[in-house]
Amino acid sequence: MVNLSTPSAASNDRAVFDAPRNDSNHKAFSVLETVMDPEIPTLSVMDLGMITNVAVSDNTVSVRFLPTFVACPATSYIRNNIEEALHHAGFKSVQVDLETEMNWTSARISELGRKKLEAFGLGAPVAIDGVLDFAQIEHVACPHCGSTNTELRSMFGSTLCRSIHYCNDCKQGFERFKPL
Amino acid sequence: MNEAIKDLLYRMADDELIIGHRNSEWTGLGPILEEDIAFSSIAQDQIGHAVANYTLLNEHFGEPVPDVIAFSRNEKEFRCSQFVELPIGDYAFSLMRHFLFDHAESLRYARLSDSSFAPLAALAKKIKGELKYHTLHADLWVKKLGMGTEESHARMQTALNEAFPYALGIFEPSKYEEELVAEKIAIGETALQTEWLDVISPLLQRANLTLPKLPIKERVYGGRQGYHTEYLQPLLDEMTEVYRLDPAATW
Repeated sequence: MVNLSTPSAASNDRAVFDAPRNDSNHKAFSVLETVMDPEIPTLSVMDLGMITNVAVSDNTVSVRFLPTFVACPATSYIRNNIEEALHHAGFKSVQVDLETEMNWTSARISELGRKKLEAFGLGAPVAIDGVLDFAQIEHVACPHCGSTNTELRSMFGSTLCRSIHYCNDCKQGFERFKPL
Repeated sequence: MNEAIKDLLYRMADDELIIGHRNSEWTGLGPILEEDIAFSSIAQDQIGHAVANYTLLNEHFGEPVPDVIAFSRNEKEFRCSQFVELPIGDYAFSLMRHFLFDHAESLRYARLSDSSFAPLAALAKKIKGELKYHTLHADLWVKKLGMGTEESHARMQTALNEAFPYALGIFEPSKYEEELVAEKIAIGETALQTEWLDVISPLLQRANLTLPKLPIKERVYGGRQGYHTEYLQPLLDEMTEVYRLDPAATW
C-alpha cells in the first residue's frame, strides 16, 4: 500500500514535470497539490500533470493549466477550483490560462499519480508515444491482484478517460485510465 | 484566406455536432450496456470536438461564442455533410456510419496536425490521439459482425450499401479547396478521400464486406453548400428546444 498522506512527496516524484519549482512559487505548488480531480478524488492536478507553469510575483500568481481529454466535462470545474484554492491561500490576484502550446498525454501522470490511481482501483496507463494499438489495451494489469490474465470489456467506461476490463484470475471487473 | 479557414472549421465542427447528437440518441437504447456507453462516450467526444472548433472560430475569426453558433443558426447555415444528418437507423447502420465517419475524421486530423494554421494544427495533434479509440472500437465491431452470423453479415452489408454514397459526401470539396491546399492549411478533400479508401478497403475486406461499386454521380453532395436532407431541421428543433426557451440564461 502506498502512503498517500504527504502531498509534498509528489514534488520529488515527477519525471515529466516541466515547471521548475523555486522559493517564490513553492507555496502555489503546495496549493495545487490539494486541488483534486473531481472524477478521481485522490489525484491532484499536479499528479495528473495538468499544470505546465506557475509564476508568482508578490501576491499575484499565474498558472498554465492543461486539460486532459478535449471533451472532458470537468475542465471548467477544475479550473474554477484552482482559482478558488489559490485565492483561499491568500493570493490576491490569480490568473489561470489554458495551455495551448502542448498536448496532455497519459505520460504526464507522475509516478506517485500512477500509484494513487492503482490504490484507487484504476489501472494506470502505459506510455504509448502517441501511437496506440490494440495490444496496449487488450490485456492490462489488474489493479487488484496484478494479473495480466485480463480481458478488455469496453474501450469506453464510466468517464471519457476510462476503459472497462475484467480479471480472469481474481474475477473482478475494473476500470483503467486510458493511455493517450 | 480567413473565409477559407472559417469554411473548413464550420464543415468539421458541424459534422461533429450533428453526428454527436445522432450518436447520443443511443444513450439508454444500446443493444448491450457496453455499446450504450460506447456510443454515449463517442457522442461526448464528438460534441467536445465541435466545441473546440467553434472556439477557434470565436477566438480567431470573431464568430459568436460556441453555444450561439451551435444553437442559433438555421438549417441553411449548417455546413455538415448529409451523411451525419441521417437518422440512427438500426444498430448496423449506426455502427457502419461510425466506422466510415471516424476513419475519415482520424485521417483528417492526422493531416491537419501539419496545417499551416497553427491553432488548428495544435488542436489536431490532441484530437487525433483520442480518435484512435473510436476507430479501434469501430474496427472491432465491423469485423465481429461482418464475420458473425449470416444475418449479422447481411445487415452490415446492407448498412454499407446504404451509407457509402452518403459517406462520399464527407469529401465534397468547397469553393475554397485550391486555396486551402495552396496555403497548406489542409491536404484537400480529394486527397483525403483517396487516403480514406486506402484505409477502409482492407478493413472491410477483412470483415468479409464488399465496398459497393458506385457510379460517381450517385455520391451525395450538397451538405457543404447548405443543402440538407429532410432530417436536419427536426434534429435542430429538438437540439435547440431548451436553448430557445431563454437564449440568455446562464447554466
